[in-house]
Amino acid sequence: MKPRFLSLLAGAAALLTIPAGVSAHRMWFLPSGTVFSGTDSWVTVDAAVSNDLFFFDHQPGRLENVKVWQPDGTPGQLQNGATGRYRSVFDVKLDKPGTWKIGSEMSGVIGSFKVNGEEKRVGGRRGPPQPGAPAPLTVADIPANATDVKLTETISRNEIFVTAGEPTTTVLKTTGRGLELAPITHPDELVAGEAAKFRFLVDGKPAAGLKVTAIPGGKRYRDAEGGMDVTTDAQGVATITWPSAGMYWLNATLTDAKSSQPRVTERRLAYTTTVEVLTP
Amino acid sequence: MRPLTYAFAAGAIALPASASTVTVTIPRLNVAEYHRPYVAVWLEPQGGGPARTLAVWYDVKKGGQEPGTKWLSDLRAWWRKGGRALKMPASGVSGATRAPGSHAIPLPADLKPGAYVLNVEAARETGGRELVSVPLTVPSPRGGGAGKAELGAVTIR
Repeated sequence: MKPRFLSLLAGAAALLTIPAGVSAHRMWFLPSGTVFSGTDSWVTVDAAVSNDLFFFDHQPGRLENVKVWQPDGTPGQLQNGATGRYRSVFDVKLDKPGTWKIGSEMSGVIGSFKVNGEEKRVGGRRGPPQPGAPAPLTVADIPANATDVKLTETISRNEIFVTAGEPTTTVLKTTGRGLELAPITHPDELVAGEAAKFRFLVDGKPAAGLKVTAIPGGKRYRDAEGGMDVTTDAQGVATITWPSAGMYWLNATLTDAKSSQPRVTERRLAYTTTVEVLTP
Repeated sequence: MRPLTYAFAAGAIALPASASTVTVTIPRLNVAEYHRPYVAVWLEPQGGGPARTLAVWYDVKKGGQEPGTKWLSDLRAWWRKGGRALKMPASGVSGATRAPGSHAIPLPADLKPGAYVLNVEAARETGGRELVSVPLTVPSPRGGGAGKAELGAVTIR
């Protein structure tokens, strides 16, 4: 990336760092497609934060944390990135056959503590970085005499999958950290009327009883949100039968106390993806 | 549909009497911008199983920024059922797009006896997409179906 491009991005809105559950605004990636043929395919992706899916009318997504995984799992390249007022956009050249993963993983610790009765915050605030503002405090800045220490660890993922040629599964391998999708049905093989099975994992173990929300795009052209809530079974599997073709935003959040970070008492996890459902 | 009549004649002349033939009719459409459709023809065992592609007609010679293979996934049923696993061009299977009219495709002689479904899928640039499925049994396959928009009659004789 050119330095000029980077500085442009640094000025872009910082809403991607919103911890899970704090805001109703939804961060989304919208790929131009998920199934590609030929040997010279490109996918172009919109990234934005908004309430209604998939309308960019609030804030752009930040690109500096977006990563690309090639079908063999090695890092790929994000190209032609640009951030506008309401959305960011970028391209990925799908020059290798198989399934690619594109997305970002954000993690950090936020919270507050008191020193001599004064409350101080840990971690970044919402919104773009303010010029001249002091750097946010970190856990290491908490003094020994601090009281009322309340810290929350956040780990959130937002990723999409696109396939050139035959679908592959290397990029679907999970890391064992936080909330992850371990799909049984390949995310690029979804068809209206057919049931898809998606397993969700917390720290690599099945996330039983997890609420998974699927919301179709095109909110502006109907009255209701039209979302579906599905709860995972004992094996962490959510079964979703797609009512119609289109792009769907999928989201699951979870709060627990299983943080590995010192002094952290709460952990908020989030997983988001956008999937495309095709007509049979 | 007028093209049908000479199609049967052509099939009968081109092939030995014992071989079975699939005849696919591409309708003539009265539209402002017409492009010949991409067409895939494939067989699946009745109870499900690996698909066998008999023909793929696409823009084989298109080069440059957007080779003809870019739009093969628009034949979305075929693409999912196995088209994506074929390396294009595929010998004896792929060919150029066809003009409106009837086109004969020989059924493979080495088909094992059993029940199959013949699928014909067409997708047209600036047009629609349609899938016609026809059940058949081997030996002595016979059957027929027809599309409503992008495909005409599909017959097996």
